[in-house]
Amino acid sequence: MTDSSRTDRGTTSGILGRIFSRDHKVIGLQYFFLSLAAALVGVALSALMRFHLVWPDASLPFFGAIKPEQYLSLLTMHGTLMIFFVLTTAPQGAFGNYCLPLQIGAREMAFPRLNMLSFWFTVLAFLVLLSAFVVSGGAPISGWTHYPPLSAVASAGPGQGMGMDLWIASIGLFCFASVLGSINFIVTVLDRRAPGMTMMRLPLTVWAWFITAILSLLAFTVLHAAIVLLFMDRHAGTSFFIPEGVVVNGSVLQHSGGSPLLWQHLFWFFGHPEVYIAILPGMGLTSHLLSTFARKPVFGYRAMVYAMMAIGALGFMVWGHHMFVSGMNPFAAFAFSVLTMVIGVPSAIKTFNWLGTLWRGSIRLTVPMMFAIGFVSVFVTGGLSGPILAQPALDTYLHDTYFVVAHFHLIMGVAAVIAIFAATYFWFPKMFGRHMNSTLGYAHFWFTFVGAYAVFLPMHFLGMAGHPRRYSQLTEVHYLQPLLPLQRFITWAALVTIAGQVIFLFNLFWSIWRGRTAEPNPWEATTLEWSQGQDSPVMRGPYEFNVPGAKAEFLMQQEE
Amino acid sequence: MARALLVALVLLTCGTLYLFIAKIWWMPALASTSGAAIDREFSATLLILGTVFVVAQIGLGFFVWKYRRSNTATYSTGHRGAEYAWTAITAIIFVAMSLAGERTWAELRGAHSPLEQEVQVEVTGTQFAWYFRYPGLDGKFGKTIPATVDASLGSAAAIGLDTNDPAAKDDVVTAALVVPADREVRLHLHAQDVIHSFFVPELRLKQDVVPGLNVEAHFQATRLGEYEIVCAELCGLGHYRMHGTLRVVSEDDFSKWLRQQEGAAR
Amino acid sequence: MARYPRSDELESPSSIDHGGSGTPHYGGGDGSGDSGDASPDYYQNLRRYRLFVFLVFIGVFIFFTALSSAYIIRRGNGHVDWQTGAFVRDWQPLTLPSILWMNTLLLALSSCALEFARRNLVRQVAIAPAVAVPGVAREKKYSAPWLALTLILGGGFLAGQFLAWERLRAAGVFIATNPSSSFFYILTASHAAHLIGGMLALIYAAGLSIFSTKLEREVVVVDVTSWYWHFMGLLWIYIFLLMRFAQ
Repeated sequence: MTDSSRTDRGTTSGILGRIFSRDHKVIGLQYFFLSLAAALVGVALSALMRFHLVWPDASLPFFGAIKPEQYLSLLTMHGTLMIFFVLTTAPQGAFGNYCLPLQIGAREMAFPRLNMLSFWFTVLAFLVLLSAFVVSGGAPISGWTHYPPLSAVASAGPGQGMGMDLWIASIGLFCFASVLGSINFIVTVLDRRAPGMTMMRLPLTVWAWFITAILSLLAFTVLHAAIVLLFMDRHAGTSFFIPEGVVVNGSVLQHSGGSPLLWQHLFWFFGHPEVYIAILPGMGLTSHLLSTFARKPVFGYRAMVYAMMAIGALGFMVWGHHMFVSGMNPFAAFAFSVLTMVIGVPSAIKTFNWLGTLWRGSIRLTVPMMFAIGFVSVFVTGGLSGPILAQPALDTYLHDTYFVVAHFHLIMGVAAVIAIFAATYFWFPKMFGRHMNSTLGYAHFWFTFVGAYAVFLPMHFLGMAGHPRRYSQLTEVHYLQPLLPLQRFITWAALVTIAGQVIFLFNLFWSIWRGRTAEPNPWEATTLEWSQGQDSPVMRGPYEFNVPGAKAEFLMQQEE
Repeated sequence: MARALLVALVLLTCGTLYLFIAKIWWMPALASTSGAAIDREFSATLLILGTVFVVAQIGLGFFVWKYRRSNTATYSTGHRGAEYAWTAITAIIFVAMSLAGERTWAELRGAHSPLEQEVQVEVTGTQFAWYFRYPGLDGKFGKTIPATVDASLGSAAAIGLDTNDPAAKDDVVTAALVVPADREVRLHLHAQDVIHSFFVPELRLKQDVVPGLNVEAHFQATRLGEYEIVCAELCGLGHYRMHGTLRVVSEDDFSKWLRQQEGAAR
Repeated sequence: MARYPRSDELESPSSIDHGGSGTPHYGGGDGSGDSGDASPDYYQNLRRYRLFVFLVFIGVFIFFTALSSAYIIRRGNGHVDWQTGAFVRDWQPLTLPSILWMNTLLLALSSCALEFARRNLVRQVAIAPAVAVPGVAREKKYSAPWLALTLILGGGFLAGQFLAWERLRAAGVFIATNPSSSFFYILTASHAAHLIGGMLALIYAAGLSIFSTKLEREVVVVDVTSWYWHFMGLLWIYIFLLMRFAQ
């Protein structure tokens, strides 16, 4: 039985046609492998970083000893690659492109050519970013957040010249691609749903992609404006972010009147929604998987939808919590603090509803389900450090320490990535017609779950002890010395966890060619991507499992 | 596998609880007055969130184990009452926590003791060292000229002190911050080049030092001793070695030290 | 074969095979979505592309809002004069070159021209069934003159903007001279860049008008481009007012 999802009729055949395909499924896979490549580079960078922190003088095979300024460029590029090219690309670009049209019963995305364009612009952005490593001066060192004046003055550090400009160019391209992609998503959801597929019958994955796309549209445009202004400060002599009297390397800059805080406001107005862009698809997927594998509807479907909308909307009102100690007005800080605590409420609602979905279910612990459960656990752990950081008096102590590093890594680096793994295992049969090996999958889960906790839980304590972040060497400050054993533990845990990811890579590629062939609906799911050839309109919502009085244990959305 | 998950989550919970309670790696002993409120807020917050953490993780593990495959699923789309209840409770707790922290925040950011009793110090963050300036007998900070900054000529030149300004003649510029215990210290924070951040863990004090902005911070140290000042905002190559020293001394020792410095300055 | 085929193995299906993942009714034609062959698809396409351009408005609007907020904040900034210790605002109000009025007029006229083109086309589509009699030729060049006029007027606007830049440069006002001039150059340049994007769409529409027989496709392109063009006009008026009154 063939899967009769159609490809775009306009696709030309041959190599060029395949490379520049307008088929959403091909584009989805292209995004998947792009983000995989970015993740491999990003993880390699983090391994180098962890290695250097605890063995600063050790010489590595190809690199020699890592110098402090190189550490900072590793850090900057790690953050940039992971946040933009993995967390913004994989959940939305890869799985969204692949599954969204299928799940709403559309033949294609609304604008296939635009979709293809978005992908290739993203590839270009990726290549431009990587080129920063090889130019003179190297990659920039001001962190993915690039606070000026450090990022605005080429002489303020190595890599802040050409490397910084390449970063700006790369992200400019990425913003453009992202905005086009998000418009595509929004129009597709609003306009291409199959008959009977009302908004309230959408799978929560689709809701998540939809809301994420709206956030992308609104956030990336602001980032674009910010980097235009930064570029002007760097090259046109303007003073948006550079105040007067700045002395760098013995010379006084001619700029005057700019405000470094202006960059922070603009950047974080983008930056905070960005983290919700990274996590919302994972939340939607978790709801989806918990329901599918507990054989129960999502507990409180409507509440889940409204919670995601609330998170999206409130996400634009809390950016100041990154700036409590920045010199910002304390009253503004208080307002941001209250709003940040409020945004914890919809997240809590979602967590309760996930537990409610499991309650009285009949849980099938498949590999995707393990990762979905892992997501809930890690999201709770990472999320709970949020209300701590949201209180400015506490953030005064914890800002820019490893506590913050623990918080955002648990949510973005672990939970969101766990969701990406879950999506891979779950949709692999759909994408490749085969199963991934489940024994290897379980092994991968345990490595990742235990390993990630082993890496990031200790960082909370580093932060409580006052350990600042972004230190390229830990040998200078006395009170950090007793913390070195903990840092060493983290490094070992990280290296082991990274090694464990090889299981996933092997499983992925081996299964693409040699995996056990998959039945059409191996997970007995109800959503449209698993249906085969029905031409009927959508009859019901997406999570009709164990409906009392129904003729089957699960009812597909299109089933009569 | 369900049992394994439950065990894992129980271990996670117990391990985390133990580490937070045993405080093996924890905040250093408090050395400031305003820090007490912060520490109290920490304890209260950790207690509340810790409870939530335990309930959520154990609950998750328990549900996964109890409702494993052998169970027959019960169809349920939700429960309005429960949803309203936990939403309301969460909202109340979170907003209450936020409002409760407001007073501590206001205290940190406000001034309360009269200016004459305060020790005024200007802090200058540069790539990659801290400099501290005392106003001297005239109580006034002299002018600084960015164009004359030259760290190789000593501390005074490192901040560009205008030697022609009469108010600057008695300014004392040091590489260490020396303050008397039990007296309010007001810091005037400046940055010369990029954003830095003045952080002393024992004081529970952190404030970003931003070029172009004059930000003030204040504290009152309670314990004698030597504390490290570290930079808490990425400022370039030497960010990791940009640390200074805070020495809290007795009132007498402070007066002696200051007179000595002022003598040397003249 | 029982195995679920991989994406790259899927061919274009036969016409009877509609696909479980795509019932034909909402799809608006086949996968490419921009064919617009049958009449019902036309309204579908129009709706989809109008939604597209509306979202583009939002994106562009937010971009300029970010720049505007930077503008307002920067306007209030300055520095502390190290001589006197007083805070000095460094924003020097900019006198806008008077040619900007003429440019605004040109842009407004170009919007009118484009609106003529759009309405004519819409009317043509409405009466299309009636004139779809074999032998009756469609007046292909109906909209092309209006589109050409829009392009000329739009080009005039851009030329005028360039002249405004020249006038400022002749007066010694460059991008880094003062924050007010920085914003002038950046706002006008950003607007011009977005307008050029619209002009490219117009050239495409004009090309369709001359070379294509598909009326509906042309209408969709012109309709959507004209909305975008009007938005660019309104955006320009906003930028002009901002720079005129917030100095």
